[in-house]
Amino acid sequence: MGAVYRAQDLRFKVEKIVAVKEMINQATDPEIQKTIVEGFEREANILATVSHPSIPTIYDYFTLGTRSYLVMEFIEGDNLEIKLQQRRAPFNEDEVIAWAIALCDVLDYLHTHEPEPIIFRDVKPANVMITRRNQIRLVDFGIAKTFQTGSKGTMIGTEGYSPPEQYRGEASPAVDIYALGATLHHLITNQDPRTEPPFTFDERPIREANPNISVAMETIVNTALMYNPPDRFETAAVMRKAFIALAQQTGMLEEEISVAQATQLFQDQSHSPIWTFTCEDEIRGTANYQDGVLYIGCYDHNLYALEADNGNFVWKYAANGGIVSKPAIYDNKLYFGSTDQYVHAISCRGGKKVWVQSTEGAIYSSPTIAEGHLFIGSDDEKLHVLNILAGREAWSVNLGSRVRSSPIVAADSVFVGSENGEIQCYDFSGNIRWRTAAKRAVTASPHYYDNVIYITSLDGVLYAIDAKSGWVIWRYRMESGSISTPTTHENHVFVGSTDNSFYCINIKSANKVWSFETDNQINSSPVFYKGAVYFCNVDGMVYSLHAGSGRLRWKYQTEGSITGSPIIVDDILYIGSTDNNVYALPT
Amino acid sequence: MNKFLTSLKNLFQPKIQTPGEDVSEYDPSADTKELEKTTTPIDTKSVGYSSPHINVGYGLSAGKQRNHNEDAFFTLTTMFSFNESEIPFGLYIVADGMGGHKNGEIASELAIRTIAGTILTEIYTPLMSLDPQPNELSFREIFHNGIEQANTEIISKSYGGGTTITAVLIVGDQMTIAHVGDSRVYSVDSGGNMEALTRDHSLVKRLQELGQITAEEAAVHPQRNVLYRALGQGEPFEPEIISSRRPETGSLLVCSDGLWSIVGMDGMRSIIKSGISPQDICDRLIDAANDAGGPDNISAIMVHFS
Repeated sequence: MGAVYRAQDLRFKVEKIVAVKEMINQATDPEIQKTIVEGFEREANILATVSHPSIPTIYDYFTLGTRSYLVMEFIEGDNLEIKLQQRRAPFNEDEVIAWAIALCDVLDYLHTHEPEPIIFRDVKPANVMITRRNQIRLVDFGIAKTFQTGSKGTMIGTEGYSPPEQYRGEASPAVDIYALGATLHHLITNQDPRTEPPFTFDERPIREANPNISVAMETIVNTALMYNPPDRFETAAVMRKAFIALAQQTGMLEEEISVAQATQLFQDQSHSPIWTFTCEDEIRGTANYQDGVLYIGCYDHNLYALEADNGNFVWKYAANGGIVSKPAIYDNKLYFGSTDQYVHAISCRGGKKVWVQSTEGAIYSSPTIAEGHLFIGSDDEKLHVLNILAGREAWSVNLGSRVRSSPIVAADSVFVGSENGEIQCYDFSGNIRWRTAAKRAVTASPHYYDNVIYITSLDGVLYAIDAKSGWVIWRYRMESGSISTPTTHENHVFVGSTDNSFYCINIKSANKVWSFETDNQINSSPVFYKGAVYFCNVDGMVYSLHAGSGRLRWKYQTEGSITGSPIIVDDILYIGSTDNNVYALPT
Repeated sequence: MNKFLTSLKNLFQPKIQTPGEDVSEYDPSADTKELEKTTTPIDTKSVGYSSPHINVGYGLSAGKQRNHNEDAFFTLTTMFSFNESEIPFGLYIVADGMGGHKNGEIASELAIRTIAGTILTEIYTPLMSLDPQPNELSFREIFHNGIEQANTEIISKSYGGGTTITAVLIVGDQMTIAHVGDSRVYSVDSGGNMEALTRDHSLVKRLQELGQITAEEAAVHPQRNVLYRALGQGEPFEPEIISSRRPETGSLLVCSDGLWSIVGMDGMRSIIKSGISPQDICDRLIDAANDAGGPDNISAIMVHFS
């Protein structure tokens, strides 16, 4: 414990600014106090013999009572921890490479110091100053540590940057190499290792956190971070060479092309559609499937029935408006809404009208069917509940703004979102059970799992809400709003956002497990199927990721943007795009 | 009726089950077969239902080798029953302080005062007010804020002191556990199966997980008491906060390392199995730790659900 003072050396006639580092001797036993002061003086003497542009010069040292002081070069600038806090984002690879080379250089100088190598022992962003001329200075040599007395019993120690063997009391150059790797990892990912369990760098791949980092850079940092010292760079000089080679590398562009080519190749081979079907206008909704037939609504006002195996046309049913609604299927009938304000019930066989029921607004919500009733939202601001046999309205409730969210029924309740930013829960008689306010519109639909409602809002938050009481259990903040409906699998909830990212969140801890960045907004709702998650974005790309790791399995480019969600039946994914096509893709 | 009060009333509505179908598994994106299943008319016959009972035991001992106690704990159990509804509310906290002089005691006490104070003000008081309004913040955020406040308090008032904190909050059907350090929460089901719900923030535990040291080395490691997260340190830290459904039956054991590291899982399990009440179990757990030498402060809270 102590402070660093900005001081002026009055012996000089010119203004000479120095830094005075104060260390307080906290030991109570005089013998231990003496040992600490001796240790301090020994270190100060070693430092006085060191001369390197990246190490501040020591001018003097002295001890007054329980306080010891080190007088040294004053460095104007900020340390990397402060710079990272100010920046709130990872540093660029180019910036970091320049610092890394300089840090390797100074560590190499210390490690080859005669007669004894000097091990810095505490490389971390806070100990690396960046001067105004963008030069690095390694500050705070282990001296301060001499003053930290050990105590018995439960203790605190957050290193974050130190290698495992340092906890066995080993101090070799490999310790500094690991800590440098940990420091660089922090700089290029902006993930603070002190807030993560120790030694978990391998669980947090660099390029997942920051895809702009090159494979070569990731490899160098990972090599420095190997658990076993022999697996790391042999010396700081070798590590420095690796960085220099990377800096000189002009072939990085080639690498990117080859990766792109490989992706293209993979895509061409395994992801040509099984079939496509062209409608007369954009498809913005989601399909449904039963008994070998795919049903999908289109902006050309038609609901199409297609053979799922080959995409052959079976029949179509014409509404008077576009169909975004995902058709619900019950008892060989299809139920869906249209922008013509009607709820349509038609037969699966032949597409003959069974009944229609009008609402007073366009319908973008999809119906859900439970207990002999159909639940659907409309732009007339109501949640409508219709008897499925006749289409007669059982009850409706005004939510105060347009209802584009699709209601769900679970745990004896109906859950739905509304454009005024509320998530509401009703009993089967239309009595409100609870309402919970988001800050902006709720266009997405609720997802129910294990007594919890998961839902997103345009306020950029993924909510976990107790289904019985409406209390918010946790909120996960995304970078911007979402209309994507979450889905869950085991302990994970998956959802997309207009911040272009796709998220996997642990439902117990509310921590991000991984995220995957795409080039555009994700309005589509994800589907989990056999260990993978599938979703689309408004660039028209269909993505398949490993659910566990978030790594890309494959992607497929359609020609228009996609707002609907995929459905998967028997290893085949069906999706409609605003390029007017329905695609059947192998999963 | 006030909308929130309506929501409170619904907390403990009788659970209704569909014959042959678990309603809670309903998935809106399920394929059509499942969709059809969920549309089976629901026979709204209620299953046998009785109010949840929560019984709590607790104990604290300085141990046999220390002359002062740096552990601290807090328990609160309430049941709000009204208009055929019940809201169980429970808060159980253990804090294991560390640091020279009086700083360990100060730190653990401050942590409990701050965190219990935050939870009671932000969750319990709104729940009990005449015009109940749910807090805009989530349980998780309220816990997080409480722990951050406690951290700040400890840094400013307990020089060099620190503490672990392990807190369990029960509200209705929800359980939220907030955790920093190496005190633990175990769940014990009615069959006696015991499982740790928290993961120690201990350096040696982590080294052991990585295979860098053996269990034998861990037991004698000079830094075996070193935590990589604790309250009262200046470094940034992230508490672990996990939410899940509360157990309907069985127990939770919240305890400091003075119990679990001395008595061990097997020892604790056999005491819990043969105990006659949560209080009896706690007394015997603490006796067992003292019989084994009592090298550290011991605290235990046993929460039984039935």
